[in-house]
Amino acid sequence: MLMGLKRLFAPLVFPVLAPLAQAQEAERWGVNMPQGVTEVSHAIYDLHMLIFWICVVIGIAVFGVMFYSMWAHRKSRGHKAVQFHESTLVELAWTIVPILILFGMAIPATKTLYDMYDTGEADLDIMITGYQWKWKYDHLGTDVSYFSNLATPLTQINNALPKTANYLLEVDEPLVVPTNKKIRFLITANDVIHAWWVPALAVKKDAIPGFINESWTRIDEPGIYRGQCAELCGKDHGFMPIVVKAVPEPEYDAWLSERAIVAAKAAELTGKTFSFDELVEEGGEVYNRTCAACHQANGEGVPGTFPSIAGSKVATGPLEKHMDIVINGSTTNPAMQAFGPQLSEVQLAAVITYQRNAFGNNMGDTVQPIDILNFKNK
Amino acid sequence: MAHGPQPGLTRWLYTTNHKDIGSMYLWFSFAMFLLGGCMALIIRAELFQPGLQIVQPEFFNQMTTLHGLIMVFGAVMPAFVGLANWMIPLMVGAPDMALPRMNNWSFWILPFAFSMLLSTLFMSGGAPNFGWTFYAPLSTEYAPPSVTFFIFSIHIMGASSIMGAINIIATILNMRAPGMTLMKMPLFVWTWLITAYLLIAVMPVLAGVVTMMLMDIHFGTSFFSAAGGGDPVLFQHVFWFFGHPEVYIMILPAFGIVSMIIPTFARKPLFGYSSMVYATASIAFLSFIVWAHHMFTVGMPVAGELFFMYATMLIAVPTGVKVFNWVTTMFRGSMTFETPMLFSIAFVILFTIGGFSGLMLAIAPADFQYHDTYFVVAHFHYVLVPGAIFSITAAVYYWLPKWCGNMYNEAMGKLHFWLAFIGLNLTFFPMHFVGLAGMPRRIPDYALQFADFNQIASIGAFLFGAAQLVFLFNVIRTVRGGKKATDKVWESAHGLEWSIASPAPYHTFSIPPKVS
Repeated sequence: MLMGLKRLFAPLVFPVLAPLAQAQEAERWGVNMPQGVTEVSHAIYDLHMLIFWICVVIGIAVFGVMFYSMWAHRKSRGHKAVQFHESTLVELAWTIVPILILFGMAIPATKTLYDMYDTGEADLDIMITGYQWKWKYDHLGTDVSYFSNLATPLTQINNALPKTANYLLEVDEPLVVPTNKKIRFLITANDVIHAWWVPALAVKKDAIPGFINESWTRIDEPGIYRGQCAELCGKDHGFMPIVVKAVPEPEYDAWLSERAIVAAKAAELTGKTFSFDELVEEGGEVYNRTCAACHQANGEGVPGTFPSIAGSKVATGPLEKHMDIVINGSTTNPAMQAFGPQLSEVQLAAVITYQRNAFGNNMGDTVQPIDILNFKNK
Repeated sequence: MAHGPQPGLTRWLYTTNHKDIGSMYLWFSFAMFLLGGCMALIIRAELFQPGLQIVQPEFFNQMTTLHGLIMVFGAVMPAFVGLANWMIPLMVGAPDMALPRMNNWSFWILPFAFSMLLSTLFMSGGAPNFGWTFYAPLSTEYAPPSVTFFIFSIHIMGASSIMGAINIIATILNMRAPGMTLMKMPLFVWTWLITAYLLIAVMPVLAGVVTMMLMDIHFGTSFFSAAGGGDPVLFQHVFWFFGHPEVYIMILPAFGIVSMIIPTFARKPLFGYSSMVYATASIAFLSFIVWAHHMFTVGMPVAGELFFMYATMLIAVPTGVKVFNWVTTMFRGSMTFETPMLFSIAFVILFTIGGFSGLMLAIAPADFQYHDTYFVVAHFHYVLVPGAIFSITAAVYYWLPKWCGNMYNEAMGKLHFWLAFIGLNLTFFPMHFVGLAGMPRRIPDYALQFADFNQIASIGAFLFGAAQLVFLFNVIRTVRGGKKATDKVWESAHGLEWSIASPAPYHTFSIPPKVS
């Protein structure tokens, strides 16, 4: 059915591009909802096609009569108008018949809806938190917790470099989940409302600050499934994709223990003393990933919306205050989040050092991870 | 009653004449339509290709927000009020609106409201950037400082709408000519009567929700902040309790207009007049109990989802009755296809397509995939552009000869129609495809697989925009001169408005006509 539609529409709308390879064509001229890889997504797809075809049939009947009379009952053909204007019987018929059709749609829809709401007896829980403009995933019951940022570089967005295949749909840390397990998602947000949506899983749920929503999925096939934030959440709403990597269970378990080792190694680094250059280099990377969305890559911010870091009172003032606003967030402007819980001590030390020495700030001082730890413990 | 309009600018400032005020409403709404359209073209130009080329995301969000607000509150609603001002007194045989001074005021506060709204573009932090639905907390804690001006301009627009609605109800209920019983009223009058009640019911709710925002922003309350014991979802419930009737406010008068035009050009009375009245009333009633279908993904309990799904599906029944009645009116008629008829037929076809996608969106499980995608954008543009905009355009072509006494240029009218029709479908039909394929709405940049259909949509949008310039030119030419129109204008026109001279004298029905 899907392929039929594609064959029907693709040549109609833009015949010039016909010579493109078939596979590429399917991707480019996608005209229908994906069937997805879960039972629920298949049920929704079937429901969607059922209603679609009911609408097509009604449309053909109604427009058929209309076009027929536009052709046959026109004055230029000498047709004389017949002055009927009322029939209770006909009115009743076209009230009752649609109601019966609606029943036919409501029954399967109700069933599917109940399935979608059945979040009980899950094999594992994953907490999803929306931030401006990234996602955080906590694998509940383990210590594994990480942020997932857009991986597409600004150079592609600003058209300086050619765009790669997964433009805007790629992240630095995908959500890793096992296949054939019932996964319950607990969805919330840290700042404004976001919505976590992966079309192939047919999961879309609003992430609402202060409330926790539930949803679930069971993925049959290993693979990489991509989605995006679906609720307008500010400037970079279009730049916070979702990538789900579904792997067989043994692989998932291996991944979990690997994450634990990596986390332990990162924690060890907190005690290490870094050189100025190391900190600035690492800090630049953290800055571009975490801070540049608002404060801009050149550190100048957006006048009236996001303050400048270049020459700012904070970045060229006392170190305490600088650490305070980065770690605890701003008390007056909610857009400035608390990065203490989001970044590691090393990353915080690096990015603060970077901010104090980039964009012409030239403070010359360094912050070590241990300073951050001491500040946090104070 | 020999005296005519005052000379000079004071005619327009001080006027209490329903025809003058109607004209001002129509010109104002057309200016807003062009302005909101230019914003849409900025959006479409940015979306012509993947990547950021023309505007930055902050400004893009301001454009989507202002485009929506201006089209809803500045273009469609004032245009319908303008048509009501011109036509309702003429259709019911009244000398003027019931409350002429209030009429003047309800128009003249609008330019101030929109000046205030547009001035936010030049403020520090920019214009409102949270979408025309302004969901909290994006529109409260996270809003630019200009949000306060946005709130006050919404208050003024709401006051204007409420006054307009009171005036229309008072006119229809008190000033009908002898013999004009309710069930003899033209359908445009009926649909406006029902619309006016909707306005009075929901504009105060809108005022309430923006006032709660104002309190949250400036006075330390926490209606919409969970941290203070409030609830961001409360905002959506209150907003959509206004918002859903609001979308019917923008379509019911359109139903009235096409129910007047199709019989004229089919040379046959409207089929099922009384069922049309009942269907309109049913749609208006249902509009109050379906609001949460805009919020299927917020995490409502399953019982809530089911209630709102069933109630929403029911709307298809009275709407279907209307479409069937229009088609049956054409059936076995003697049709001609002048410009107003072309726009009305396109209305029936394209509005029905928008209705089909509306029915699909009503199915809650499927809506989890459609929600907040371009499929929704396609849906509501299919009901609003060929719905509201085409019906207003049809109304202008239909009654313009009565207003100014001259016939418009038919060839240019048809050119306008075909450009608009093709442009509209090129713009909005591909949006169904990209929406189903997974493109979220309100994004300034998109993944590569959506590129081709977006390019087509952008080309269509510029074509549609160009078509409106043909319209403007045609209207100005007709107002300035042209072939004189007869009093009846159309061969098979019925109704009191065709019994007076063309152009309509400054004062009409000083002595009430008799309606048999």
